[in-house]
This record gives sequence, C-alpha cells and structure tokens, in this order.
Amino acid sequence: MSDAIQVKQLRKEFKSVSSRSGLKGAFRDLLTRNYKIVPAVNDINFTVKKGEMVAYIGENGAGKSTTIKMLTGILEPTAGEITVNGMNPHKEREKFTQTIGVVFGQRSQLWWDIAVQESFRLLKKVYKVSDEQYNDHMEHVIKTLDIGPLLDKPVRKLSLGQRMRCELAAALIHNPPLLFLDEPTIGLDVLVKMKIREFLKEINKKYNTTILLTTHDLGDIEALCERVIMLDEGQIIYDGELQSLKDNWAEEKQVHFQFIEPVELHELQSLPLPFTANWVYDEKHQTYMAMMKEESDHISQLVSAVVSHFKIKDVKIHETSIEEIVRNIYEEGTV
Amino acid sequence: MGKYLAMIRMRFLMMLAYRTDYYTGILIYSINIGAYYFLWNAIYGDKSSIEGLSSMQMTTYVAVAWMARAFYFNNIDREIANEIKDGKVAIEMIRPYNYLGMKTMQGLGEGIFRFFFFSIPGMLLVAFIFPIELPHEPATWGIFGISLLFSFIINTQINLLTGITTFFLYNNAGLIRAKRVIIDLFSGLLLPISFYPIWAQEVMKYLPFQGISYVPSMIFTNGYSSGDIGMALLQQLIWVIILIIPIQLLWIVAKKQLIIQGG
Repeated sequence: MSDAIQVKQLRKEFKSVSSRSGLKGAFRDLLTRNYKIVPAVNDINFTVKKGEMVAYIGENGAGKSTTIKMLTGILEPTAGEITVNGMNPHKEREKFTQTIGVVFGQRSQLWWDIAVQESFRLLKKVYKVSDEQYNDHMEHVIKTLDIGPLLDKPVRKLSLGQRMRCELAAALIHNPPLLFLDEPTIGLDVLVKMKIREFLKEINKKYNTTILLTTHDLGDIEALCERVIMLDEGQIIYDGELQSLKDNWAEEKQVHFQFIEPVELHELQSLPLPFTANWVYDEKHQTYMAMMKEESDHISQLVSAVVSHFKIKDVKIHETSIEEIVRNIYEEGTV
Repeated sequence: MGKYLAMIRMRFLMMLAYRTDYYTGILIYSINIGAYYFLWNAIYGDKSSIEGLSSMQMTTYVAVAWMARAFYFNNIDREIANEIKDGKVAIEMIRPYNYLGMKTMQGLGEGIFRFFFFSIPGMLLVAFIFPIELPHEPATWGIFGISLLFSFIINTQINLLTGITTFFLYNNAGLIRAKRVIIDLFSGLLLPISFYPIWAQEVMKYLPFQGISYVPSMIFTNGYSSGDIGMALLQQLIWVIILIIPIQLLWIVAKKQLIIQGG
C-alpha cells in the first residue's frame, strides 16, 4: 500500500431546485417543483502516494470542496470508488476518520466559548490518544506553531491567525498519516501563512504525512507542493508537476526596456532579429516591452541587438508568474 | 466510553460558560411553578380532590413536573438543525464518533448539570415556600429516578427525530416549535393526563409523550397504585425501544442525503 488516496470514476450529483418565474410560477412551485441534476464532480480519477503533498486547485465552484468532503467520508459519492488509507471513507466512517486530520479554513472545529485546551483535551479522548503520545507529539506542535500562550483563552477571543494555528494543531492531535486542508490560509497575513507553510513542510518531512490541500493562494502551492491537480467544472484538467505546468504555459518571456533617449516603436520593430518579437509600449511605466518565445539564446540576441542600437537605462526580464499561468488556464478551460 | 464522558464534561463547561442562561432559567422555572400553584389553588377552591388528586398532591405534581423537566429537557433538536443549516455538521462527521450518540451525551451532560445545580436546589427552595409532600419511602425515590431516566431517553429520542428531519427539510424551525408545544401539552406537564376527557386519554395511551412527564410525576406524588407503577415503567421502556427504530432508519437515509450548506 503505497497509495494514500485512490479515486476511480468518482462522481457526485446534486439535485437543485429551479424555481419557475413569476407569481403564477411561484404558485405552481407550491405543488410540484422542477429539479435539475447537476454534477459537481464528474468522473474523476487520481491517486496520491504516501508522503506526497498535492495541491488541489480550481475556481470557486469547480468541485474541490465536494471532492474533499467525499474523500473525508462526509458525503456519499453518487458513483465511483474511493479508497483512502485502504478504507472506504463513507462506509467505514468511524474507523476511517481515526486516520485522517482535516482543517476547513472556513469552519472551526474548536468549541467557541471554551478555552482551546479544553477542545484539545476532548479531541485527545475522542481519538484515544495516550498521555505519552500526546505529550510527545503535541508539545512539539504547540511549540512550533507558537500557540502555548493561547491555550487557556476561549476561542472567540482569538484572532483569525491565532485560531487557524490552533485549528491546525487540533487536526494533528492524533498525528494522522493523511491531512486534508481546505483553504487553510484563507484570510491570513503573510507571516502566519509562512509559519503554517513551514510547519506543514516540517511535519511532512518528519512523519511522512501525506497532505492534500485546496487553496486559492498560489504561494501555498509554490512553497509546498510539487504536484498540482487542477479542476474545472467537476473535471480534472491538469494533473502533474508544478514545474511542467510552468514550462508549458510560461513559454512567453517579457523583456522590459527603459531608454535614456526617446525611441519610436517602429524603430524597435525594425531591429534585425532572426525571430519575431512583439513590441508593446507601456504608457504607464514609460517602458517598451518585448514579448517572445523562450528558446535557446533569444534573450541574449534581443538584448545585444537593442543595446547596440540604443542607449538603455534599465532592463527587466519578467517570467510569467504562476498566477498568470493559472489565470490563463482558467480562462481557456483546458491545459 | 472515555470520549462520551469527555463530551459530558465539555457540556458542563459550556453550561458554566453561559451563566446568564443558568440564572434566567431559575427565574423562569420559579415563575412557572408559582403561577401554576396559584392557578391550581383557585381551581381547587374548597374541593378536597379532583380526579383522584388532592390539592397537596397537585402542588407537588406541578413542582416535581417542572423540576423533572429541567433534567429531561434539552435543545439538541435545535442544535442539530443549526449545525446542518450552517454546515457545521461537516466537522462532526470527520470525527470518529457516532453523531447521534454524541448529541445524546451532550443532552445528558446538560441534564445532569441542571439536575444538580438547578433541580435539587430548586426543589428545596420550592419545598420551603409552597406546601408540598415529598415521598417518605426510599423505594419511591428510586423508582422515580429510573422513570426520570426513561423520560430523558424518550424526550431525547423525539428531539433526535425532530433534529434529523432538518437533513430533509433544511429549515424546520416550525416543526421544532410545534414539537415543543405538543410535548408540554401531551406529556402531562401543564395538565395531568387524568384531567383530559376519557377519549383523549385513550388516544394518549398509544403515544410516547406521557412517558416524558406524567409517569415520573405521578410516581413522585404517589398517584399510582403499585400495579400501575410497573405498567407505567414497562410502557416507558417499550417506547424507548420502539423509538430506536425510526431514528436509525432516518439516520441511514439522512447520511446519504447530507448536503453541506455554505461551501
């Protein structure tokens, strides 16, 4: 068993009510209602190996959270097979949940009006963690996440960043081999984000914890995950390495030039180059931008051609950021 | 078992965190008992007994019925409804325990808390102000205790049933309110069952509600003959068993139906 998660032909349909329009329609809705079957997750397949950190991304409503809820045993799939940690999550829920940790960024699993340590104490009992295991493991977690001083405060008195760190600790009380994080860094400031990322990396290294996370923060992905699964309208549109996603989509490089003397756009366009470069004038920054395919020594050829004809003040080479890549993919809908 | 005890403890902590609820609860219950005491006094007038209950027994009945209510009453139906409405039930489903079992334990935690910090001091207070008659025989206290436990179970089961319907209806605030009125009325809290017309009594024999309040209160006030006590307890036990069936069936369907609202 080297696979932590196996998903085959997974499908989840929701029945949604479509209201008729107008007053007459509203009366008719009293008697009979129109239902539409909407697939939220549409026959997806993937596997996650033990110890992997995988980012599960997609636009709002792409079906990410629905998948997570099926993988954690909350929802029953309409069709398809799921094996997580060697079990069927929904059928063997009580036994299965012992082996996973879950953080929902938008929901708290701590008791609102009671001190954090009381929640921990209850969860320790719920997961049947012995005092030894607890002290051994949680002491470290509490220290790394720096939540020691927060433990005796009621949850409602904590800031979002403080609460999220406590949530993460709560999900790790039983030291699960598999961790699901549904938007764990939503709404957090950079420092807390960094702390959480560092911590996740550390537990992955230390315990070989498998982590599946959904996020809209591409910084999370870049910091943590080598593999990305991208979802759109309930279907997987990309499953592979983050690097190759970058390589395939970041084919264009942008080189920004700032000149000492005014230069006309057509002068630049008539530069002798063995390849095509698109020149654009950026009025806001008063710079010219060359967009071109990134191949062999094109950049050096371009720069040397420009430098030999004009006096330049500044050169910037801009690589397509992962945000732009993802935005492009979302816009086109395929990889 | 440890986790269920831990949950009872957790509920204790929560009850202590909501002090205002605790104090206003005492006030509301005292007002209710007082109001019913004067109402029944007026109804009895100079009659020594109505429907086999003396005026003294009636006062005791009112006092014990409300104090018992403090133990068996809980809001877990509304809690389940809220957890479903705001999607918090997702958190409950990722934990290795039985959701309904845990809810029952929370209800029990609440009940035990109120029994010791509300019913007992309340009963002492009431006994001091109003003329009530406490049972002399220890056996009556024991049987009353058993009966009270049954009434807690039946009431909780009905609450679970009402709560689970939220899985299908998404918003069942009306149903919850209706259930509450039905229980107060048909359980014998507001009016002993023997005061209802014969045909209504016949109907209520086949309903679980009198097991919630009427039976323990009648035991406490010595309103039953010894043969009736056995029958009444048996009836409670049968309802406890019968109600398990629809809860389990609905729960199986509900888990399949579950939709996590709000993303």
